[in-house]
Amino acid sequence: MRVAVEQIINGLTIGSFYALIALGYSMVYGILKLINFVHGDFFTLGSYLGYTILIFAAAFITAHFGLWGGIVCAMLVAALCLALTGLVVERIAYRPIYPAGRLPAVVSALGASIVLQNAIMVIWGPRYQAYPAPMIPNLHLLFFGINITLLQVVILVFSFVLMGILYYIIQKTLFGASVRAMALDRDTASLMGIDFNRVILFIFTLGPALGAVTGVMVGMYYRQISFTMGWNYGLKAFTATILGGIGNIPGAMFGGLLLGVLEMLGAAYISAAWKDVFVFIILILVLIFRPTGIFGETTAEKV
Amino acid sequence: MPLLIAIEDLHITYGAIEALKGVSLSLDEGEIVAVLGANGAGKSTLLNAVSGLVPVARGRIMFRGAPLNNIPPHEIVRMGVSQSPEGRKVFSTLTVDENLDLGAYTQRKHIQATAKAKARVFELFPILRERHRQLAGTLSGGEQQMLAIGRALMSSPRLLLLDEPSLGLAPILVNRIFTIIREINDQGTSILLVEQNARKALSHASRGYILENGSLSISGTAAELKSNSKIQEAYLGGSAIRKRRGTGESPKSP
Ligand SMILES: Nc1ncnc2c1ncn2[C@@H]1O[C@H](COP(=O)(O)OP(=O)(O)OP(=O)(O)O)[C@@H](O)[C@H]1O
Ligand SMILES: [Mg+2]
Repeated sequence: MRVAVEQIINGLTIGSFYALIALGYSMVYGILKLINFVHGDFFTLGSYLGYTILIFAAAFITAHFGLWGGIVCAMLVAALCLALTGLVVERIAYRPIYPAGRLPAVVSALGASIVLQNAIMVIWGPRYQAYPAPMIPNLHLLFFGINITLLQVVILVFSFVLMGILYYIIQKTLFGASVRAMALDRDTASLMGIDFNRVILFIFTLGPALGAVTGVMVGMYYRQISFTMGWNYGLKAFTATILGGIGNIPGAMFGGLLLGVLEMLGAAYISAAWKDVFVFIILILVLIFRPTGIFGETTAEKV
Repeated sequence: MPLLIAIEDLHITYGAIEALKGVSLSLDEGEIVAVLGANGAGKSTLLNAVSGLVPVARGRIMFRGAPLNNIPPHEIVRMGVSQSPEGRKVFSTLTVDENLDLGAYTQRKHIQATAKAKARVFELFPILRERHRQLAGTLSGGEQQMLAIGRALMSSPRLLLLDEPSLGLAPILVNRIFTIIREINDQGTSILLVEQNARKALSHASRGYILENGSLSISGTAAELKSNSKIQEAYLGGSAIRKRRGTGESPKSP
C-alpha cells in the first residue's frame, strides 16, 4: 500500500511534466492540425537555459532572493526566452509553409527539431549536464509513513496551478473561447472578428514557455539533462495528448497525469526496465480501441 | 439613401476555376438586396469575398467609400460587416452564450454595448435565451440558424450578409426567419441576402440580382424581378427543387 501510494505520487509528478508538455502539442494541433515535433526540443532548450542561469547566476540571485528566488528566476527567464524562440520558429519554419498543406509543415517541424537539438548540442556539448545540487531544495517529508520530497510537493502544486490557470483561460474567458472557435473552424472564427495571428501568437508563446518551465522542473527533479531528452519526453507527452484526445486541453492534462501514474505503477509492479514499453502499449491500445482518446467525441474540442 | 457597399467588376478564382467573372452590384443604406441563383452560381463566393475570406483577383469592393480588398476578415468585421455563413457554422462544442459573445468579439471592450446587442438578439430569438447555456451543437437546425444570425448581429453591423438563412428549414420556420430578417432591417441594419428561396427573398428585398455561372444576368427591383417571365420560370416556377430543399437538411456540402 505504501509503495503504491508513493508510486502514484511519483507518477503524478512525472505525469504533470508530461501534461505540461502535452499542452503545447495539443494547442498547436488544435489550431494548425500540425504535430509540432519541435516542441520536445523547446522543453530541452528551456531546461538548459534554466541550468545555465542556475549555474552562473545562482550565487548572485540566491544572495538577493534566496533559493526559491533563484529557481523562480531561472524558470521565468527560461520561459521568456522560449516564448520568443517559439515565435521565431513559427515565423521561420511554419508560417511560410502553411499554404502548402499539412505534410510539408510536419516535415518542416521535424527539420526544426533537428536544428534545435543540434544547436543545443553545439552550445552545451553532447554530454549530460547536471543541475547544481546546492540550488535544489533537498528535504524529505514523511506523511503517515509515506516518503515524499519537498521538491515533489512544490512541483505538483506548481504544475497544478499552471494547469488550472491555463484551463481557466481556455475554458472560461472570451479569449479562450476565441481560441477554441479558431480550432473548430478557422474561417467562421475569422467572421467573428477573431485574428488568427493573435491565436498563433498565444499558442506559440505559451506552449514553449510551459515547456521551458517543465524543463527546469525536470532538471531539478532528475538533476541530469541531455540534449536528446526532448525526444523521449516529447514522445511521452505526445502519447498523453493522444490518450486525452488530441487537441483537447483538459484531455491533455488528464492524459499526462494518467500516463505518469501508469508508468510508475508498471515500473513498480511489473518491471522497471520495461516501463517505456507499457507507455507505448497503452498508446497502441488507445489508438486501436479509442482513436479519439479517452474523452472521445463528447468533449473533443480541438484546441 | 447613401451608398453602403459597391462591388465593381469583381473577379474571384479558385485555382483554375473562375467563380465570379466580373460582378458589379451595390446596396444603399437601409436596403435589403437579394442575390439569387442556382447551386454553384457563386453566391457564397460573393459574400466570402466581401468578408475577406477569399482573395479578390480583380475588381473592387468599396464599403462606405473605403476599399475592402486585401483587408483581413477580422478587420472587416470591425468595420461593420458581418456574415451569417451558409450552413450555420455555429461553434458546436461552445455554448450558445459563448457563440454569441464571440459574435461581439470585436466589441469586447464595450461591455454595455455588447450587453445591449445580446438583449436585442434574445428579444429577436427568445429561444436562445432559454438555451443560453446549452452547447450549440445540441440545438435543433432552426435554433442553430437563429443562433448563426444572432451571432452575426452581436457586432451591431451596418451590413449583414446572410447566406441562405432558410436553407433546410421547415416552411413555418422559413416564414419566421424572414419576418425576423425584416425586423432586423427595420431596426436599421442593411442586409445582403443570398437565397435560393427566390419567392420569399423577393417579397422582402427592395432589389435583387440574379447570378448565373459567376455573372449577373438580370437585376432590378423586387417587383420587376417577380414579374419577369424568365425568372418566374427558372426561380419562381413549379420548383420541385425548392420543395425538396425546404423540408430537410440539404445534402449539399458547403
Ligand atoms: N474553396 C473552393 N475551392 C474551389 N472551388 C470552389 C471553392 N468554393 C467554391 N468553389 C466553386 O466555386 C463555384 C461557386 O461556388 P459557391 O459556393 O459560391 O456557389 P453558391 O452559389 O453559393 O452555391 P450554393 O447555392 O450551392 O451554395 C462552384 O463551382 C464551386 O465549386
Ligand atoms: Mg452557397
